[in-house]
Amino acid sequence: MKDTPLSNCERDFLLKAIEEKKRLDGRQTYDYRNIKITFGTDYGCCFVDLGKTRVMAQVSCELVAPKETRPNEGILFFNIELSPMASPAFEPGRQSELSVKLNRQLERCFRNSKCIDTESLCVVSGEKVWQIRVDVHTLNHDGNLMDAASIAAITALCHFRRPDVSIQGEEITVYTPEERDPIPLSIYHMPISVSFSFFQQGTYLLVDPCEREERVMDGLLMIAMNKHREICSIQSSGGIMLLKEQVLRCSKIASVKVSEITELISKALENDKKARKAGERCGFAESMPQERITALKMDETPVEMKNVTEKAEDIVKKYEAPPQSVPSPLVPAPGVGQVGQGQQNSWGLEEEDGESEEEEEMVVEDQPKNKLDQGECCK
Amino acid sequence: STQTRALKYSSLRSTGLRVGQVLLPGDQFFCEAEETLSLSATARRDTAVCGPGLRRSGDRVLVCVGGLLRHKAPNVFWVQSHSKRYVPAKGECVIGIVTAKSGDVFKVDVGASELASLSYLSFEGATKRNRPNVQVGDLVYAQFLVANKDMEPELVCIDGAGRANGLGVFGSGGLMVKVSLGLVRRLLAPGSELMADLSGLFPSEMVLGLNGRVWVKSSSVQQTLILSNLLQSCETLSPDQRRALFHRVKQGTL
Repeated sequence: MKDTPLSNCERDFLLKAIEEKKRLDGRQTYDYRNIKITFGTDYGCCFVDLGKTRVMAQVSCELVAPKETRPNEGILFFNIELSPMASPAFEPGRQSELSVKLNRQLERCFRNSKCIDTESLCVVSGEKVWQIRVDVHTLNHDGNLMDAASIAAITALCHFRRPDVSIQGEEITVYTPEERDPIPLSIYHMPISVSFSFFQQGTYLLVDPCEREERVMDGLLMIAMNKHREICSIQSSGGIMLLKEQVLRCSKIASVKVSEITELISKALENDKKARKAGERCGFAESMPQERITALKMDETPVEMKNVTEKAEDIVKKYEAPPQSVPSPLVPAPGVGQVGQGQQNSWGLEEEDGESEEEEEMVVEDQPKNKLDQGECCK
Repeated sequence: STQTRALKYSSLRSTGLRVGQVLLPGDQFFCEAEETLSLSATARRDTAVCGPGLRRSGDRVLVCVGGLLRHKAPNVFWVQSHSKRYVPAKGECVIGIVTAKSGDVFKVDVGASELASLSYLSFEGATKRNRPNVQVGDLVYAQFLVANKDMEPELVCIDGAGRANGLGVFGSGGLMVKVSLGLVRRLLAPGSELMADLSGLFPSEMVLGLNGRVWVKSSSVQQTLILSNLLQSCETLSPDQRRALFHRVKQGTL
């Protein structure tokens, strides 16, 4: 199915709002949406909600033969699935450009940064190593899938427990979770990606764009960092020119955001560990309401209310009084007098567009209450 | 006679037990039904009317949509569901986005499974020489002339007498949001409190399309954003919460 096209009016409004530093949901320029992290019943299953964007990551492991070039290192495999459930623009089966881009970014962010100790995944050098596979499924696309996917992937990796293995001579015993407690992966650091969207050729910047903002953006800068302020990956797409200061500023913002998000992840992992130890029902099953149709769960809508009420006096003071003089009557032809201008013909053909601009300028003074509308047309 | 009663109301008594409860597609009610319906006899008070979501097949009434069963006295039943997916129906006024101009026809996206077609002659005062000023990406408020499952839906921007009557191209400077179909119907209901509350907040213009699209414009970007956010949150607010929220907005303390 095709996605809904973006109408001109939405695009114009969004760009105008961004110029006035207003976002659709009332966030500030550098604000992230609410991040919610929940875990499933299995180890390694994690749901992340970034506003309305929802992704699920699942980690699984398997004993395989290692690569020839690296006989004593485990294998990491990342996969993002753009499910048609997430957006009508995603079609099943076909690998779209976005899917390839997200997969590549996720791989660069995690594998190249060496956040996981792959040598600890080796069981028998040259013969058997653990292959850790991370599958990220997108459940709802409301913008910024990359950030949500990176948070979900790293949280799921931190949450995951692999089966314990013991080697006696030639024999390898893989213990089930019931026999011996599974052990967590050894993770050095947590890379998290932060996305910056640019508008009007790099003049305006927004962090964590939602879906509509993504549609009107000119370019996207993705910085993956960890809380020790090490940049793991930087990627710029959209072909816009960025100044050095802009990129440095973005990396400073990213470091602040990453430390906040890392703390959130650690807290979520702690809570889950406590819940499991206490024997409570954890995971998805517990978060289902009892005996009720799952109605659409909508969070409180944050509504930005500052600077809104203009008192009547302010409005009157702001707009000039209409000119006192009446425009002198024109005499286009003998015997015919004309005072003022008629309205613009909306069925006009293309050649008349040039003249129409001037006519509208003149009409502005006569109708102060329409000034805002006319002002836009004359820009 | 007592035998010839179409869809006897009393046999749908079992539905009385289910009114206000959740029904799922596949649920059915059995009732007696006659084979022939007398054309001369007027509709009796005993006949039940199946509204949206209910379909009669043979001697059963099938539920096609998941939702709550509603009943309006004396004999109308329907299933009220929360849906955002629009199915075109004749006579409904919707907001469409022009996606393509092909020959004499505009292709308009209304949020349904196919694009609807809008002929350039279906505008007020349009002739073959005098074409309407419609660009790709414009918003257009139009009415369905043809809308059934077998044919491509067709839109027009004039009424039967050839007048525009509020239909046509619009939309500079406002914001369009997507809401559920139920909310739009609530807003359009005569004497709707929701509409009265919303219009009492700021001076604004609104265009409501029955396909779940609402266009809002107010005197400043901030006010437009507030109105659109309030509109979307009205779906899940109870009347008291809504009144409290609007009161706070009016005072500017939100």
